[in-house]
Amino acid sequence: MAKKLEFMMGNHAVAEGALYAGCKFYGGYPITPSTEVAERMAERLPKVGGRFIQMEDEIAAMASVIGASLAGVKSLTATSGPGLSLKQENIGYAMLCEIPVVIVDVMRGGPSTGMPTGPSQSDIMQAKWGTHGDHPVIAVTPASVQEQFNETVRAFNLAEKYRCPVYVLTDAIIGQMMEQLEIPEPGELEVIERPKPDCKPEEYLPFDMDKEFVPLAAFGSGYRYHVTGLHHNSDGFPTNDPVLHTKNTVRLIERINKNYDDIMKVEEFMTDDAEVLVFAIGVSARSAKHAVIEARNQGIKAGLLRPLTIWPFPDKHIDNILNKGNVKGIVVPEMNLGQMTLEVQRVAKGRCQVEGLFSLMLDPILPGEIVEKIRRFV
Amino acid sequence: MAYDYAKYLRPGKLPHIWCAGCTYGIVLKSMIRAIDSLNYDKNDVVVTSGIGCCSRLPGYVDFNTLHTTHGRSIAFATGVKVANPKLKVIALGGDGDMTAIGGNHFIHACRRNIDITVFVFNNNIYGMTGAQYSPTTPKGAWATTAPYGMTENNFDITSLAIGAGASFVARTTAYHATHCEKMIKEALEHKGLSVVEIINACPTGFGRKNKFKTPTSMLLWMKDSAVNVEKAKNMSPEELAGKFTIGVLHKEEKPEYLETYDATVGLKK
Repeated sequence: MAKKLEFMMGNHAVAEGALYAGCKFYGGYPITPSTEVAERMAERLPKVGGRFIQMEDEIAAMASVIGASLAGVKSLTATSGPGLSLKQENIGYAMLCEIPVVIVDVMRGGPSTGMPTGPSQSDIMQAKWGTHGDHPVIAVTPASVQEQFNETVRAFNLAEKYRCPVYVLTDAIIGQMMEQLEIPEPGELEVIERPKPDCKPEEYLPFDMDKEFVPLAAFGSGYRYHVTGLHHNSDGFPTNDPVLHTKNTVRLIERINKNYDDIMKVEEFMTDDAEVLVFAIGVSARSAKHAVIEARNQGIKAGLLRPLTIWPFPDKHIDNILNKGNVKGIVVPEMNLGQMTLEVQRVAKGRCQVEGLFSLMLDPILPGEIVEKIRRFV
Repeated sequence: MAYDYAKYLRPGKLPHIWCAGCTYGIVLKSMIRAIDSLNYDKNDVVVTSGIGCCSRLPGYVDFNTLHTTHGRSIAFATGVKVANPKLKVIALGGDGDMTAIGGNHFIHACRRNIDITVFVFNNNIYGMTGAQYSPTTPKGAWATTAPYGMTENNFDITSLAIGAGASFVARTTAYHATHCEKMIKEALEHKGLSVVEIINACPTGFGRKNKFKTPTSMLLWMKDSAVNVEKAKNMSPEELAGKFTIGVLHKEEKPEYLETYDATVGLKK
């Protein structure tokens, strides 16, 4: 059978990926350069039995997707830097209350209104630490239109499986560009449906602290329970007990850390014998791959580690490569002033040099610039 | 025989957090009686709230309950309702919650006329944080953040709701408990966005420092100041000075948001 090929914009591919994953609700607010996600969902959702709503602000948009998810419906919102800042309050709510939602962040230049049409990778730390308190974060990082689709499906799967909000952290270039997209057949990609509780309603503990996973019952399904953004007990009711507060916070974070192997996804390119490693995500990783090939052509043993999951951070994968003992240096090209570089330095623990290649120039970092950095380690 | 509230209250969740003299318990009971009279299936009822004293109410009642972030009660409720229109969605919050930090959600829900029932517990003060002035604190009244007296103008919540497009707007008080029950019931029965402003008393935060020496004096103030909206029609502005109306202040039939949406987009069910 012929493959179903389309020439599609990255933001539209996110929307199509969401629909493939079974998304039936979108709550959003217009913001450049993410708006095409909303536009596509507004048009497409009614055709698959879903509903779209443009809320009055970003805060409400985030609230609405959480509400819809509690009603049992897979839900999506999309935004960019300033909008993500506004959403942070309720993202923290979804984290604490273990509510699956997918948040697309099409990164643009910041801070503040910043560079609305200019691409950037400067929300990496906002995704991790934007909301207050200690909390778990999952963020996936597509680097092509195909991955915009596939990684959005994976984001929904991770959200449902780990009962948490998941970011699709992309940027204005990947979101706005057009590429070939092969639409997978139904069943070709795994789609995880939300598990339903099978206990008696009166025995249901929606936030059971002694269990790693508890199915989230939909409002209206006969399991009546309480949800609060206050720290709560296993039954969902508020508690001021610092021991329980600690236990639950650690549980939520450990649930993600323990399942690193399942959540983590990376592309390793020529890393086996690499003496210089390039660590990059999204649009910067596209340039990095070219740079690695060019460096190899020049006789330099370069390799690329490209995370498709940036949160949790790919510590183990970096460790595994560094433990081979070949790597003299790591180059981290990123369209910000060093948000990922600091993390790579943390993991490297001085075993090799880590050098960032930073740019706020609103154009992709070019392969030649990365090659130049690679050569400094030779 | 006394009315049995127990079947709607979650076992083991009382006592509530409210201060002695607070009127929220009266409203809670009015709300339970109203819902009971409508024979709703408890599984179909969702109650959302924001942050503040009254926003703890959902924790006590045996429905699907959602205690959200400050001001966001209606925004969460909107997501619930759009995702599953069969659910009966009640969004409640206080005067600060609904008309200050949540003011945007309040007016836009009214504008959409989505079928959600909104209860605003108006006690004219931020009670939980310790008596700071709210958008409904009367001019001149004392608050911890208005130690020289409130200098700002205040909102009339019902006028705000009517102006923003709500299709059912009523006012009642905690003193008028049976009237309160009736207004809540009518609001729940109305298709579209309905708002009930419920005048409440915060003796601890507001009353003590505003010449209401006792909780009783606040209830008597409600009794003496409330004028039925029908009666008010025959009263002069002089007679109405210092008073407020209670009853259904606005009611109209107009298309409900989700019905319009589903029909317009040709929703494939």
